[in-house]
Amino acid sequence: MAEFITFFFGAAIILAGAIGVVAARNAVHSALFLIQTLLGVAVIFVVQEAHFLAAVQIVVYAGAIVILFLFVIMLLGVDKAEDLGVEPIAGQKPLAVVLGASLLATAITFVLVATDGATGVGSADPERQLDSGITDIERIGRVLFTEYAVAFQLTAALLTIGVIGAVVLTRSLPTADQLDDLEPASMDLPSLAPEGANDEHHVDAVDEDAS
Amino acid sequence: MMFAQDPLYAGDWLGDALITGLKVLVAFAFLLVAVMLNIWFLRKVISDFQNRIGPNTAGRWGILQSLADGIKLFFKEDLIPDNSDRFAFKLAPYLSLVPAFLVFAIIPIGGDFNGDNGDGVVSIFGHDTLLQVADPPVGVLWFLAMSSLAIYGVMLAGWSSGSKYPLIGSVRASAQMVSYEAALGLALASVLLVSGTLSTHAMVIDQSGEGPAFFGNENILPAWYLLPVGIVPFVVFIIAGTAELNHPPFDLVEAEQEIVGGFHTEYSSIRFALFFLAEFMNQITMGALLVTLFLGGPNGPAFFFPEGWWIGVFWFFVKLMGFLFLLVWVRATLPRFRYDQLMDFGWKLLIPLSLGWFILLAFIQIGRDEDWSTAQFVGLGVGLAAAFVALAGMLTLAIRNARNERIEEMEDAHG
Repeated sequence: MAEFITFFFGAAIILAGAIGVVAARNAVHSALFLIQTLLGVAVIFVVQEAHFLAAVQIVVYAGAIVILFLFVIMLLGVDKAEDLGVEPIAGQKPLAVVLGASLLATAITFVLVATDGATGVGSADPERQLDSGITDIERIGRVLFTEYAVAFQLTAALLTIGVIGAVVLTRSLPTADQLDDLEPASMDLPSLAPEGANDEHHVDAVDEDAS
Repeated sequence: MMFAQDPLYAGDWLGDALITGLKVLVAFAFLLVAVMLNIWFLRKVISDFQNRIGPNTAGRWGILQSLADGIKLFFKEDLIPDNSDRFAFKLAPYLSLVPAFLVFAIIPIGGDFNGDNGDGVVSIFGHDTLLQVADPPVGVLWFLAMSSLAIYGVMLAGWSSGSKYPLIGSVRASAQMVSYEAALGLALASVLLVSGTLSTHAMVIDQSGEGPAFFGNENILPAWYLLPVGIVPFVVFIIAGTAELNHPPFDLVEAEQEIVGGFHTEYSSIRFALFFLAEFMNQITMGALLVTLFLGGPNGPAFFFPEGWWIGVFWFFVKLMGFLFLLVWVRATLPRFRYDQLMDFGWKLLIPLSLGWFILLAFIQIGRDEDWSTAQFVGLGVGLAAAFVALAGMLTLAIRNARNERIEEMEDAHG
């Protein structure tokens, strides 16, 4: 019963967020509704006892990816409401309707075929069900570092290469003029001592005055 | 059913729901009062540092000063700039406040971990429960999730204000918080390597009792994670945590001399009060998390073992006060970072340092699992260190070489 009620509220949050993403006229508001959808999915994950997935859902998707979306939207200044009457690509709208409808049909067919009816009850292979003695975090950790260790490390390498590649591609090399400015000598701070203070001659003169 | 799996919730359903509600209420009320006292504490200690009296009018020793300020803020005029995005402008303070409160839900603030049962379970009105609002299996990941959500409050506040200084402040804030979250997470990972669990409750149980032998006596050192994890993640956690809180010397987010008030420049009245509340609430939860992860949570030193749940609460608060004093001390002492210094410090010092320490801990952990002898430890350690130095040297050489070649190429091309 508790699971049903939680699922009901979670699903309502997800759907409201999803409609909001499409319906909001402001790109930043769309991003905010996207966060709502992601949080709703996290709630559903918790109900399914996939606690780790729920946490990752929030940390990675809501915490990092949508933050980057917002960065781009805010810094590029596309945060004004768009005129929906203009079609940048001709025939985009009817094509989008067709694609969306076929995607929905595929998803529904997949759900109906893959499970015993729309509820999904009894679909899980009993041999692959979680034992109660081990948490989902331990299970994911073991699988990740044994069965999929190579794939895991390849993914890490891919991400590192991606980061380095982005830095290399976006970094502009300094021109010769700028290189001159970067000469170590010009980086020195100007001496704080008054001019001639280190001059031996000058020091002698002061000494003579003092005596 | 997921809710029935927690053994603490087996049995009387309504009673347990009431107990949970009570715990949430107590935690919320506690945080509000603690914020009030924290602000007063900050002002009193800072005035001591600066050789002045500080608040002394409202209540005894001025202890009600924050309450008076809070009431004043509630009754001030609430301004919303014409140029603002009203929806996001109104939403932002709550996006700051709610994560600040939710993090505290996983903190065990008391309980008897040294008594006969030793699992920190207390009995309220005949119901067994823990002195923490929730003990989710993801534990400290919950903290990371909430602190990454807290960025939205700051970011949206700056953007929605519709003027440039708040926007600069919020971009600074989000860049800073994202950067230092990496170092914070790596320091946290070192603790997880030693604890082997994410649950804060299991961590506190693990840190109870007698520590490692010290001159043959097991009663001197506590079993806190600070000893097996080492001082480096502890210090990195404190520094990165301070930066995550936008607390001086990392308060570039609201650097008055440069960008007026940063992201909350346009906020006034109760909305500003909410940001203020969230900031101080975050200080308390960060301190509480530090105490839980490194300093044994409610566990006292090993030589002092009275029974009862209240002694855990006492030790927890002593340690929390220590952290809060440290924050005020730092605030009164250090000048603000420059922005490039901030980024260099985070990316080039804290992250490599905590990552290196993490690898060292993992090395020791493997050695323990495989039962290496001391000779094996030293031999492998020296070998790996030599390989690391050689690799680092080659990399440095390659980078310097490439740089020199590029400069020569440029000079040839441009004369």
